[in-house]
Amino acid sequence: MLCQICGKNPATVHFTEIHDNKMSEIHVCEKCAEEKGLHASVKKQKFDIADLLAGMVDGMTTTEEERVGHVQCPRCGLPYSGFKETGRLGCAECYTAFQFQLRPLLRRIHGDTRHKGKRPTGDGEGVSRSRQIQRMHDELQRAVEREEFERAATLRDEIRRLEAEGRSERTAAEKQP
Amino acid sequence: MTPANGTPPPGTFDELVSRPARWLSGDGPHAALVLSTRIRLARNLRNVPFSHRARDEQLQGVMLNVTGAAERSKVFDHALLLRMSELSPLERQVLVERHLVSHELGDGARPRGIVVAPDEKVSLMINEEDHLRLQAMAPGFQLAEAWAVADAADDELDQSLDFAFSEEIGYLTACPTNAGTGLRASVLIHLPALVLLDEIQKVLKSVMQVGLNVRGPYGEHSEFMGNQFQISNQTTLGRSERDSIESLERVARQIIETEERARERMLRDARVQVEDKVWRAYGTLRYCRSIPVKEVINLCSAVRLGVALGMPGLCPLHVVNELQVLTQPAHLQRSYGGELTPAERNVYRARLVREQLAAAEHESGTAV
Repeated sequence: MLCQICGKNPATVHFTEIHDNKMSEIHVCEKCAEEKGLHASVKKQKFDIADLLAGMVDGMTTTEEERVGHVQCPRCGLPYSGFKETGRLGCAECYTAFQFQLRPLLRRIHGDTRHKGKRPTGDGEGVSRSRQIQRMHDELQRAVEREEFERAATLRDEIRRLEAEGRSERTAAEKQP
Repeated sequence: MTPANGTPPPGTFDELVSRPARWLSGDGPHAALVLSTRIRLARNLRNVPFSHRARDEQLQGVMLNVTGAAERSKVFDHALLLRMSELSPLERQVLVERHLVSHELGDGARPRGIVVAPDEKVSLMINEEDHLRLQAMAPGFQLAEAWAVADAADDELDQSLDFAFSEEIGYLTACPTNAGTGLRASVLIHLPALVLLDEIQKVLKSVMQVGLNVRGPYGEHSEFMGNQFQISNQTTLGRSERDSIESLERVARQIIETEERARERMLRDARVQVEDKVWRAYGTLRYCRSIPVKEVINLCSAVRLGVALGMPGLCPLHVVNELQVLTQPAHLQRSYGGELTPAERNVYRARLVREQLAAAEHESGTAV
């Protein structure tokens, strides 16, 4: 396969790129990869997200673009234009500060804007115990499927122990005035 | 947890790297096709700017907080902490080649480090692009198991760390491509038959169409080498961890089956040619006098195929896996005990490969 940039040398460097939320492959030779800053060891890869951002700004008029670029995170001081350049946000607060710009971007990257998945437990032992029990139930099921019965028995006993521990703690808490 | 092989947990960098990485052991389900499984979770501390915007003293604070949380956890009890600033560039590169450290963390200029659990099942990169990159590695095809390890470690750290999280977007990460679950689940699959039969493009295209990502064996934007492909989830928002992992698992299973069918077909139609290719590769590795790393990886691919097909007289799978890491430049120079020019490296590499294969032959009593 020949390099897609110079069309002369054989393509030895291969990339996967996101553009318009679609994956595409780029095949280039070492020389062109270095010249274009595509080489992994030469330069950090930011062009995928930068491409996405560039695509988003394309539809904006200059004044809109300026206005959006000047929005700044009140906590870390990063302007939206800074994010556009690097593809990296400055702090957790940036997600709130730039929420109107980020929402369509997140939709384009992920096809969704709402988190579905685990969340920090943050509220102590009870929650983490029930999650531990849940996880051990999953593991128990897998052990049974694989006919690892000794391991399954150990897991079953451990689940019972944890459940009993939870029950006795709850009873103790209820008895307290 | 005690290490599976009964050896004491590594207490120093030297002890850690003197033994082969656990994910190269060649054990685990489908180990003949799937080299390794990896689960990565990205996390940040709520009150500190993301690593690239934080001052060094803030990153020092992150190091203290995270290592403190790790010390209090069961998973990282007796874990090994390595500060990048205290390692030489060569030592850092050894960790990169061992897949314990990313290229970015390997830079080593700022307060960065890794914490490696005694059994090497799980490790933490501190102050990479995100404050915390938790990764669980396993040999073979073990997505559910690796996820269970990562999930449990994350829960334990969560007990003492305040992670940046929003109800709407989930875990907040420096790059919005990781926001949500912060999960990157991946399997490193060896697909020589699909490559040889010229069916790989079709397979990879369909993998990408279902929203998964394909990369080379050395991570983001790395070159495809040795017929190895790293397949991972692409999106992190709007799907639970379990959903993402299950869909990766389904697709990986299909790829495994397609490769197995291709291997059967190849053996049926061209057994002699396949055996010839495998043994020529073995012969080159066994007797070469100067060899670049890329050639080692490509020849190892053929030998790996032969081992997977059960051809008698070749070395065990773990030897092929380990060669791939031991022959990388940093490992090679460390083993030599000094710097080598690329030409000298090729010569020393050839010697190392010959010795490894000779030792494996000696051990199994096979003569070629």
